[in-house]
Amino acid sequence: MAAVDAETIGKSYGATAVLDDVSLRFEDGRFTSLLGPSGSGKTTLLRIVAGFVTADRGRILIGGEDVTSVPVWKRAIGMVFQSYALFPHMSVDDNVAFGLARRGVRGAEASRRVGEALEMVRLSGFGARRPKELSGGQQQRVALARAIVTRPRVLLLDEPLSALDRRLRQEMQVELKRIQREVGITTIFVTHDQEEALALSDHVAILDRGRIVQAGPPGEIYERPATRFAASFLGDANFLEGVVAEGGVIVGGVLVRTDDPLPAPGTKALLAVRPEKIALVPAWGAAPAGHNAVPATVRQVVYAGAASTYLLDGPGGVALTVFAQNRTGGPVAEAGATVTLAFPPKQTILIKD
Amino acid sequence: MTALGKLFLFAVLGFLYLPVAVLVAMAFNASPLYALPFEFTTHWFEELAGNDKLLAATRNSVLIAILTTVLATVIGALAAIALSRRRFRGRTLLRLLLLPPIAIPWLIIGTAMLVFFFWTGIGRGLHAMVLGHVALAIPYVVLVVGAGLNNTRIDLEEAAMSLGSTPLHAFFAVTLPLLMPSLIAAALFAFAVSLDQFVISYFLATPGVSTLPVEIYTSIRKGFTPEVNAVSSLLLAASMILIIIFARLTKVGGVSGRR
Ligand SMILES: Nc1ncnc2c1ncn2[C@@H]1O[C@H](COP(=O)(O)OP(=O)(O)OP(=O)(O)O)[C@@H](O)[C@H]1O
Ligand SMILES: [Mg+2]
Repeated sequence: MAAVDAETIGKSYGATAVLDDVSLRFEDGRFTSLLGPSGSGKTTLLRIVAGFVTADRGRILIGGEDVTSVPVWKRAIGMVFQSYALFPHMSVDDNVAFGLARRGVRGAEASRRVGEALEMVRLSGFGARRPKELSGGQQQRVALARAIVTRPRVLLLDEPLSALDRRLRQEMQVELKRIQREVGITTIFVTHDQEEALALSDHVAILDRGRIVQAGPPGEIYERPATRFAASFLGDANFLEGVVAEGGVIVGGVLVRTDDPLPAPGTKALLAVRPEKIALVPAWGAAPAGHNAVPATVRQVVYAGAASTYLLDGPGGVALTVFAQNRTGGPVAEAGATVTLAFPPKQTILIKD
Repeated sequence: MTALGKLFLFAVLGFLYLPVAVLVAMAFNASPLYALPFEFTTHWFEELAGNDKLLAATRNSVLIAILTTVLATVIGALAAIALSRRRFRGRTLLRLLLLPPIAIPWLIIGTAMLVFFFWTGIGRGLHAMVLGHVALAIPYVVLVVGAGLNNTRIDLEEAAMSLGSTPLHAFFAVTLPLLMPSLIAAALFAFAVSLDQFVISYFLATPGVSTLPVEIYTSIRKGFTPEVNAVSSLLLAASMILIIIFARLTKVGGVSGRR
């Protein structure tokens, strides 16, 4: 096992920069997701780590060793492809044994390790089958077994679950996480599905247009997003734009306080609040002491049984969203009602635009 | 299928196979003048065994066809791989240039070859015929193997490389086995192109060295003998066996790398 370092990676195709000065550390044994919208450069970064693509600038280190000019087949990586990429003319056993044979492991030792790997992905007894005789989920598990049986230093996965339907996908997420823990392998997982990234990762790096916007544990990114992009890509967020004043930011004439250090009064600032951090207080009630209190009008209530989503117009007409549990048997406020939005300054995050 | 459709299909098949069936039947008919009633004999095959000219021509035909198959398949497959996997200047032009020889009438190609071979000193004879047939068969091989390569998947080679294969090993371990049906089809094409070839062989044959189609043509002109029916029947049987082998092999090899 080994940590992977990407150092100041740059890559352009023609005039377009696909990766721009990307530096990222993938800690030893950690499950890191590369999360970003389509075209943000996730696959490109993964393929540079794998060695399929050569970066224009920067270095890749695996376990502290500079592998920038080492070809794929000598990097000791394991890779799982979106298309599974199982060899159709070989049995499941032979697929899994392929990498072992390339590393000189044959015979009884190879069969033992193939058996172990298939057991780990719960496919014992499927060894004699051809890939096309397996379901999509089973094929992907074979691909995983094939990738880890050689005990690579790092496991790379490019949207491995996106071809599966929702249920199977969730099942496979659990399996993948279990196997990754058992093996303890450094894992880099590319996805554009934020739920998947949150469910699986120890660490998430958010990419936007070839740059790392923010990297950290999922909880940290969710609770303390750094930019508008990070806040809206991972989860939902309300954005309050205003001008810095003494003790807070004036948004549409209302003072909104934050615990974060603010720039000089008079400058523009952007605040973010997660929809579930906001409490709806009826017009006749009062916000808890120390909370921000922002007046708003309910535009629409989307009832979903356990909870409701409230779409509101805030100060200066800014569109806001609030999630609230339906504790009192029905929505707290109807469409058209005037309410006060209460949320603590601690959950009011100063972010970059 | 409707009854009419069936009838049509049988009509087409009959149109294709009836002349051939007559030819085979006449190879076993005693009368040299196609006279009925049918009287079974193997006489013409015995005659054929004594016909050195026809036999030598058959040997030449088969030899040329085998050489053509091997050379054209190897050269054509390598060309197809280069055309599909390597990026270089003029690739599209080269790919386009491979197509016209299939459409140009053989009479024109044959004339051109005759002139060219005469002019370069290659001359005529067995070697010239092999050269001509190989040139003729290569475009077919490139087309068939190229189509097969389009169906192979780069991600499979990448998977092999991630497991420790060099690009060369990945090609031989993964792509080549999946390409086998295309290679076999291409080889059969080359074999058929060569065995069938009349015009170019006719131009490049010398009085001593000719091929079966040329010899059959010559003997028909001199006056028809049922030995020609006999040798044609043998050739037909050989072709059928080849087709059956082909059908078997392609089924065993599986059709390309699809899931
Ligand atoms: N071989 C290539 N030649 C030219 N442009 C490329 C090449 N590979 C990638 N790109 C471009 O680089 C950008 C990033 O591509 P990449 O595949 O890394 O995105 P991604 O984040 O994986 O997106 P997706 O979620 O759609 O898979 C895209 O704009 C793409 O068009
Ligand atoms: Mg991608």
